[in-house]
Amino acid sequence: MSKINFLKPDKDNLTTFLYMGSFLFGISVIDVFLNSFFRLNITGFLPSSLSFIIPIILGFIGLHFIRIEHSGYKFLDQVNKNINTNNFNAILSLLIIFIIIKATPPILSWFVVDASFAGDSKDVCSGTGACWTYIKVWFRRFMYGMYPNAEQWRINLSFIALALLGSVGYFATEKFKKYLTLYYVIIYPFIAFLFIFFFISGGPVFFDFSYGIIAAVISIIIGFFIPGKFKFYYFIFVPITLYIALKYFIFYEELIELGKLDGLNWVETGAWGGLSLTFIISFFCLIFCFPIGMAFALGRRSDFPLIRYISIGFIEFWRGVPLITVLFMSAVMFPMFLPEDFFIDKLVRAIIAISLFEAAYVAEVIRGGLQALPRGQYEAAKSLGMGYWKMHIFVILPQALKLVIPGIANTFLALVKDTPLIFVVGLLEIVGMLNLAKTNPEWLGFAMEGYVFAAIIFWIICYAMSKYSYNLEQKYKTER
Amino acid sequence: MNLKLQKIFPQLITVLVVVLVFGFFTYNAQINMENRGIDFGYGFLSQESSFDVQFSLIEYDGSHSYFRAYLVGLLNTILVSVIGIIFATILGVIVGVARLSPNYLINQFAAFYVEFFRNIPLLLQIFFWYFAALRALPLPQDADAMLGVFFLTIKGLYVPAFIWENLNVFLYSIIAAIIAIVVIRIHARKVQETQGKQLPVFWISLGLIFILPLLSFLIGGVSLSFEIPKLKQLATTSFIYEGGLSLPPELIALTLSLALYTATFIAECVRAGIQGVGKGQKEAAASIGLNPNQVLKLVVMPQALRIIIPPTTNQYLNLTKNSSLAAAIAYPDLVLVFAGTALMQTGKAIEIVSITMLTYLSLSISISILMNWYNKKIAIKEK
Repeated sequence: MSKINFLKPDKDNLTTFLYMGSFLFGISVIDVFLNSFFRLNITGFLPSSLSFIIPIILGFIGLHFIRIEHSGYKFLDQVNKNINTNNFNAILSLLIIFIIIKATPPILSWFVVDASFAGDSKDVCSGTGACWTYIKVWFRRFMYGMYPNAEQWRINLSFIALALLGSVGYFATEKFKKYLTLYYVIIYPFIAFLFIFFFISGGPVFFDFSYGIIAAVISIIIGFFIPGKFKFYYFIFVPITLYIALKYFIFYEELIELGKLDGLNWVETGAWGGLSLTFIISFFCLIFCFPIGMAFALGRRSDFPLIRYISIGFIEFWRGVPLITVLFMSAVMFPMFLPEDFFIDKLVRAIIAISLFEAAYVAEVIRGGLQALPRGQYEAAKSLGMGYWKMHIFVILPQALKLVIPGIANTFLALVKDTPLIFVVGLLEIVGMLNLAKTNPEWLGFAMEGYVFAAIIFWIICYAMSKYSYNLEQKYKTER
Repeated sequence: MNLKLQKIFPQLITVLVVVLVFGFFTYNAQINMENRGIDFGYGFLSQESSFDVQFSLIEYDGSHSYFRAYLVGLLNTILVSVIGIIFATILGVIVGVARLSPNYLINQFAAFYVEFFRNIPLLLQIFFWYFAALRALPLPQDADAMLGVFFLTIKGLYVPAFIWENLNVFLYSIIAAIIAIVVIRIHARKVQETQGKQLPVFWISLGLIFILPLLSFLIGGVSLSFEIPKLKQLATTSFIYEGGLSLPPELIALTLSLALYTATFIAECVRAGIQGVGKGQKEAAASIGLNPNQVLKLVVMPQALRIIIPPTTNQYLNLTKNSSLAAAIAYPDLVLVFAGTALMQTGKAIEIVSITMLTYLSLSISISILMNWYNKKIAIKEK
């Protein structure tokens, strides 16, 4: 056995160093663990400041001892490479390990151990932990806002139906794949619009919605028998004609009668709220801001100077002001700009404002993609005799959009995260409902639970979206 | 002829549509204002505002004009933005570098931080800090002093105030030190270019920036004392701190959440920037004999900054615009004071909202001009 130099651990005394190092490191971790989980202080006999710092010193010496390169043990090498490359890293690693151990018990006890789940009144929440009863009692309000309890099935049904209709793309066979773009860009948003604005809103207009659905279904069925050459025109004109025909000529009398019999109760948009409103607003703004943004991105790169300047002005204006002032504008200034007897619902105003705002960001993202395309693509398309629109729809935009998937996903994420701002126009989605519930005299003092609950929901939504966009990016990645 | 028409026609249509829309809006606005008996004009700015603002950097009360209220709001917005930008930058750079650390625990910790804070809406974070976290702080009478002089209570953070004598001499000494450092740097560069000698510029600069202000204390008659906040009893259960500086909890909650939120984005910019510098660059720099510090300072950072600065500028702009969320927790920023209270009192919707928007627009544009200038300065100089 060669001489041991404690300042410079070497391979010759590997086992000695390994045992000593692991022992010291283990002691330090166990000390912190016992201290935080069981309030046992095994170094309590020392002065308090020394007792506080001793785990770090022991752990540091331990990690110093086991820092031996090329030891031959795979696990040890892995540990050294990942958390123990030098003294500085060793201390940082120790601190992080200790912080995790220290933070676990209070978090665990607040979330689960001391928390109250049962009951339906404030009395059960006397412990030090979280009061999930509060969330349980207010759950419907957080999800549906002031939407009447008896009518909430309409929201559920609409969302389930839209989710099913939205997942059509996954089940479509090869034969129908070519219609998917048309479906997602025109038909699906149209159906969603009908669902949300008529089914969730209800009232006599509900029957407009039924005409719409009947017209859409009939026209899609007929559409499959139309020769390919006329399909495009067909899908634009026929549903509209059918809708008008159904409404005014065929079912008019009978359905009015029917409407008196069992129409849905009308629920004004002021009563909508909670998480469902977050979804509704995000969904519509997402649908509207994309084409507007695309148009302004093309406008900004247009050859016509006037169109270019107008686009630049539009984009820079919306990008330069905060969303909250835009919503202020839509709430107090916009009504002044409309004819006196003309009224736009505040939800619609909010959706328009957010869509225009986000469209400017989408425009900049898409412009980035357009600029990144090599000139050759434009020239090749032109040399094939394509015009402006043909070139952009079939050659430029598909490639440019593929390039900017991450950017667009980020903009959409920002959009979802911006929805709580609609409190400015007096609409209460989930964060707004939390603030309302917090001031209820029966349930004072549970702000923390509410915010944590909303934070978890938003985190899940946003994280899922960002992961999905990452998958999409990988899927459409093409080698250049 | 036909070609010319093709070029002019779409533009004409677009302009026509824009003009029509604007004309429609102005026409309606005029009629609406006539009907409601509101007159358009900015004269109200000089009228007495007769409302109070809780926190103000300049002297202000109800007897001042609306314009002064606007200035109070603007200054508060700028204050939050500047503090937020400073903290977000520091935190963002640390986290961005930590994400590239070879230490598994550190980079996972940094990644967790980024993923956690950027996927939660900023407004929710502000509410969380203001209504939940800061409300759990002790009352003034129960607060323990941190380092003996800071008091963090439910009513805000109290810090000692500096009381200067001959402050101007001290400031002159700092300016003199900065000028001296610049002169020495230029001289040192000249020496290096002509004789190849390297002067210890860093140590000289460090010495100068400490010694000159120190001299101003010893010779220039500058003195500094602290005013430590003291607890004062107003009523049996009501206490406040007197003396010192007090930062309201709204300001703390706002800067904290803005910094934590924006730092995640800045961290990603920093990471992308450092990753964007090719490995070959570092190896080439090392192979010509630069030490690791020089590699970082002379080769990696200048190139990384070029990638980092444009997106970071965007984040600064976002932070400035996001500071308008202050209105939600009643921090008296531009939106709350001007577009909120002043609008309610005067009813001048169009004027006030347009002023507010123009202010933000010019703030954004000035930051982006500043950053573009800096970006141009450090960009690759191609011949």
